[in-house]
Amino acid sequence: MNYLWAFLVGGGLCLIGQLLIDLTKLSPARILVAYVVAGVALGGMGLYTPLVEFAGAGATVPLTGFGYLLADGVQKAVAERGLLGIFTGGFTAAAAGIAAVVMFALIVATLFKRGDKMT
Amino acid sequence: MKITNNEYNKMLKAASPKTELHKTLPKAFIFGGLICVIGEAFLHLYMNYGASKETAAMLTSITLIGLAAILTGFKVYDKLAKHAGAGTIVPITGFANAVVAPALEFKTEGFILGVGAKMFVIAGPVIVYGIAASVLYGLIYYIMGTVVA
Repeated sequence: MNYLWAFLVGGGLCLIGQLLIDLTKLSPARILVAYVVAGVALGGMGLYTPLVEFAGAGATVPLTGFGYLLADGVQKAVAERGLLGIFTGGFTAAAAGIAAVVMFALIVATLFKRGDKMT
Repeated sequence: MKITNNEYNKMLKAASPKTELHKTLPKAFIFGGLICVIGEAFLHLYMNYGASKETAAMLTSITLIGLAAILTGFKVYDKLAKHAGAGTIVPITGFANAVVAPALEFKTEGFILGVGAKMFVIAGPVIVYGIAASVLYGLIYYIMGTVVA
């Protein structure tokens, strides 16, 4: 059951993205920005937590999940450190993902050939 | 030749390939869903090894980022993305691809202004607006907490 809901919810979030690309001609970069900001907003309003509990990776793997992580991080940081938490929460929550992506990008850029065509 | 915006839009519409929603939507749904199912499998794997739900979710993200980075290096991810569209853009693997692909592509411009700078071409805006939104939300959350308390 877990896998089915992960598939349906994750697939559904991607389908919305495809609709936005096809109907509004939004570029992928704009889609990614919109999804993260939407995730922060939904997370902040407490609407995304039920989806995460319900669909697991179907909710955390799409980029809205990254936004949710940021909102969740800020909430915890404000609870722990007060005013300072407003500024530390987001990056603290995003730290693992950003460090991983930067490191992997460096490794791949070092080891792999550029290739003639990048589509 | 002078053309109005309206005329230009009509010409653009006639010249650009027709989007076929009946093809793009199912593909995005299935590929995106499958990536999330792979994520769910890793989530269970890490939780079986005793990780908390939160830790397991983070480890899953790092794993998917790593896999997407390698597939980008082998030029597999971009081939996949041609078919899957948003199905490969919206998941965290798409974010990883958006960082790794330009990093590799601009290797020729060196490791500082090529790899180091260009890897943030798409990730930069995502981080900028994501963090800005989180700070804004934090401010609201803080004020609401103070007012209520």
